[in-house]
Amino acid sequence: MEANTRSTGRLPAAFLTPGSSSFMDFLGEHQPEMLPGNRQLPPVQGVIEAPHGTTIVAVTFPGGVVLAGDRRATMGNMIAQRDIEKVFPADEYSAVGIAGTAGLAVEMVKLFQLELEHFEKVEGAQLSLEGKANRLSTMIRSNLGMAMQGLAVVPLFAGYDVDRGRGRIFSYDVTGGRSEERHFATTGSGSVFARGAMKKLFRDDLTEEQATTLVVQALYDAADDDSATGGPDVARRIYPIITVITEDGFRRLGEDEAAELAGSVLQARLEQPDGPRAALL
Amino acid sequence: MSTPFYVSPQQAMADRAEYARKGIARGRSLVVLQYADGIVFVGENPSRALHKFSEIYDRIGFAAAGKYNEYENLRIGGVRYADLRGYTYDRDDVTARGLANVYAQTLGTIFSSQAEKPYEVELVVAEVGDSPENDQIYRLPHDGSIVDEHGSVAVGGNAEQISGYLDQRHRDGMTLAEALKLAVQALSRDTNGTEREIPAERLEVAVLDRTRPQQRKFKRIVGGQLSRLLESGAAAGAASADGEAEAETDSGSDEE
Repeated sequence: MEANTRSTGRLPAAFLTPGSSSFMDFLGEHQPEMLPGNRQLPPVQGVIEAPHGTTIVAVTFPGGVVLAGDRRATMGNMIAQRDIEKVFPADEYSAVGIAGTAGLAVEMVKLFQLELEHFEKVEGAQLSLEGKANRLSTMIRSNLGMAMQGLAVVPLFAGYDVDRGRGRIFSYDVTGGRSEERHFATTGSGSVFARGAMKKLFRDDLTEEQATTLVVQALYDAADDDSATGGPDVARRIYPIITVITEDGFRRLGEDEAAELAGSVLQARLEQPDGPRAALL
Repeated sequence: MSTPFYVSPQQAMADRAEYARKGIARGRSLVVLQYADGIVFVGENPSRALHKFSEIYDRIGFAAAGKYNEYENLRIGGVRYADLRGYTYDRDDVTARGLANVYAQTLGTIFSSQAEKPYEVELVVAEVGDSPENDQIYRLPHDGSIVDEHGSVAVGGNAEQISGYLDQRHRDGMTLAEALKLAVQALSRDTNGTEREIPAERLEVAVLDRTRPQQRKFKRIVGGQLSRLLESGAAAGAASADGEAEAETDSGSDEE
């Protein structure tokens, strides 16, 4: 059985034609209808109702970068899903977190992961972190038609730059505009609150453990003030997804580690509901 | 216009097969062996950049002997096939068997088409399973046939002699160092039976390691790790040499 109906058993000519190392380019030439950007949308009145993912946060620390997200997806004022995953490894040294229309975002991540893996296998070398960030830009831009109909996807891309030896964060807008963020970044509906928390807590010399605690504090504050962002759900044992990328590569914190971090933040909030205080001056 | 000479189909195919085999024989042979934790690919390759082994998908590796541009073309076709299939269905739906079938069809069509020259390549497609019993190794000669192999396989010009050597000595559950040592010994024997030294920097080694925590099991073994493995393989060989000394001399004299 074949992956496509056009083939007669032998690999089709397109497969054996020398060309680009990009999977998206190959798909665009061989089966363009499979690219999300080429999908024909019927005329729609108003905004399409679909589950939305909410808050993603990222922070750098000496030696790497932390990317984390809450677990809630909402559809209007309903909670559509309590344990959605919105932070994914993109490859060995980078990760992507997505806010916006969940269905499209997850598909975009899948294609992005494949794009990076395909390039790596064909070329025998990884793309530069800058190259990966640019590739993601192109993908968001191809989704602009749907973004105009309310189905926007706004990712946050973080990775360890092997050449420069440090963690870097890239944020995007719906048009595919890309900007590198210094220190920390947030995206999604709770991002303004998370950003405020991070601004007050960030320091240049955070350890990895402090950085992971910082993102939990920021997500807690986002959930505190944004109804679409979910806080740690102790009863159901659903905790934020926290990923760390260092020289050693991508690592997602295990459930126990995330539970412990969330537990200690929750415990402290019982004493001080608004969280740690920064000095006034 | 002169009348073309009649060439019987048997003769035409035999000529094409001989052409392909001669092309393959010009390159160095390579071997693929099962060991306790996976599958190891070993070959002599002076180039650091032009690989004989590579990753196709999560659990699937590719090895090729013969003409570089032809097998490189097939390799990229395989990567495209696997990635498209995984994207269309699921990552678990990409199998070595499926890939081997597509390669066999491709090679077979090229081999029997009068318009094309046959490919001078011999491929191995291997998939590492959860346990050694679930490992799959397929050998694909130039004419598009498929051979389902177990334990060890050699491809290239000197393949027959090397696989004979490997068949006698390979056993299940070898460690990586032992398998690597055996592979290097097999590759170091020339057609006339004399042994030569293959330095570590001329070896290309890769593994499909089922114990790797990552989804992608393919890994190249280079530099320090390779020399450590070669050393520990040699040490293990020396330790077990006392016990196996008689067996070694017996089988050694058989071949001469």
